[in-house]
Amino acid sequence: MSSAINPVILFFASIFTSNILLSNFLGTCSFISISKDWKSSFGLGMAVTFVLTITAAISWLVLTYVVIPLDIEYLSFIIFIIVVAAVVQILEMIIDRASPALYMSLGIFLPLITVNCAILGAILFMQIRQYNFIQTVFFATGSGIGWWLAILLLAAIRERIEKNPVPAGLKGAGITMITIGFMAMAFIGFSGMIAVQ
Amino acid sequence: MIDFLYGPLITAGLAAGLALVIVVLDAIVNNYGDVKIDINEGQRSYTVRGGANLLGTMAAEGVFVPSACGGRGSCGACKVRVLSDVGPHLPTELPYLSAEEVTQNVRLACQIKLKKDIAIELAEELFSVKKFQSTVSSIKTITHDIKEAVFRLDNPGEIEFMAGQYVQLVVPPYGTFKESVQRAYSMSSKPGDRQAVELLIRLVPGGIATTWVHQFLKEGDRVELVGPFGEFHVRDTTAAMVCVAGGSGMAPFKSMFYDILQNSSYPEKEIWYFFGARSGRDMFYLDELRQLETLLPRFHFVPALSEPSSDDKWTGETGLITDVLERFLKERIGTAKGLEGYLCGSPGMINACTTVMTRNGINLEKIYYDKFA
Repeated sequence: MSSAINPVILFFASIFTSNILLSNFLGTCSFISISKDWKSSFGLGMAVTFVLTITAAISWLVLTYVVIPLDIEYLSFIIFIIVVAAVVQILEMIIDRASPALYMSLGIFLPLITVNCAILGAILFMQIRQYNFIQTVFFATGSGIGWWLAILLLAAIRERIEKNPVPAGLKGAGITMITIGFMAMAFIGFSGMIAVQ
Repeated sequence: MIDFLYGPLITAGLAAGLALVIVVLDAIVNNYGDVKIDINEGQRSYTVRGGANLLGTMAAEGVFVPSACGGRGSCGACKVRVLSDVGPHLPTELPYLSAEEVTQNVRLACQIKLKKDIAIELAEELFSVKKFQSTVSSIKTITHDIKEAVFRLDNPGEIEFMAGQYVQLVVPPYGTFKESVQRAYSMSSKPGDRQAVELLIRLVPGGIATTWVHQFLKEGDRVELVGPFGEFHVRDTTAAMVCVAGGSGMAPFKSMFYDILQNSSYPEKEIWYFFGARSGRDMFYLDELRQLETLLPRFHFVPALSEPSSDDKWTGETGLITDVLERFLKERIGTAKGLEGYLCGSPGMINACTTVMTRNGINLEKIYYDKFA
């Protein structure tokens, strides 16, 4: 069942109608913990987009040219985890050396992302939905930007919440979870426009 | 028949291949060659291998910047002013720096990776910090969870310090811990006794260093100490000292009071010493301190138990040490003569006592402590 969906539609769909965070709830831990201020959220979102695009593309190559021909798909989970961890390590080293400015804004978040389930989630969707290479890159970039958009929205909302009285028991994670719930409902309004398969 | 090995072997091969790529890249990309560290504009300079952090690299050269956490970025003690450009402050540094320190480019030495030549400014007295080889000459059990350990200094054979300062105990790898760590402990010995250092060490469940001291350290063992460090010492003023401690926070005060007694220094100073413990089994040095009260006319010792058990036959103060402190500040001590706060204990206790002290007229700048995180 190869997916025939147009990559460009896939790109926009993964940002809005099937936002990886707000419709699949992937990558929620760093989403909640880092969204306290706008600047860190921006850096983290950028890092997720960057890593997601690169690791998804590399994982597609590994899946297509190593895993499927050798018939070891039952091990694909472990292989994807290894690939993500190694790629993040390599990226961190290269960015640290090549561009200190980029390392400051993005590099320090890279170790956090190794264990971000949005990355592995997107890669597994890519496998299950049998995307081709172009679709994979568009889907991964779109998912990353969708995640980025969601964390920026949440950071902006949280900065406003900070200035308002919140019942003591709901401060911090509590009100954040409720906020995310509302955001998810708003994003669900988009679904049905395009069904991403 | 060995088909089942096929998949795992390929996976392992893939992992090994990626690991190899990382190792090769690490050797190429992370190789910064030799870099020069210049201290105080030419006063000292070292040529070292780049790639590691400033704190550890300098320690290897014999320059010990104080660090209570051993380089994990959790204590904020290893502040140095960097004169050359090492890039903007990292988010891991900012929580420990004031706005003024940020503008002066004060950095945490443990967070700076040496990539190129660097010029820094260090306090002169840090050069007097040394690494001491020592031998454990005695370990005594003081309470059910506190031990008093005495380290005889072998090389160098003497230490010069101010009462209240601390040393870092170097814990070698043991059991499942594969890396050496350093932890800060206040010296409870008097500055007059230069040949030995005494520490009070309370067992923290799961603590790497305290478990080592309580379960592995024996008399005769060779141990390394680095120091002295810290800004916690008696201020030469006429203000009264209000000292609060709990548990092994007794250590710097023991050193201070016996130093005052021995040298008859600060004869003007009135001293109030509040010591909080949970029940009788956590209380110690009672007789020594009561005796000190008779020797130092202006010294007042106020021990308090928060949960005395019926076996304790406790006749002293009861209640949380902060409540006892507040009551004494309001009813007995008075603020007319000017007060200084001296605190040693857990961060929670320090914060609570700071609140009580500022509420009762002790200026925040006159409250002194070394916070070990």
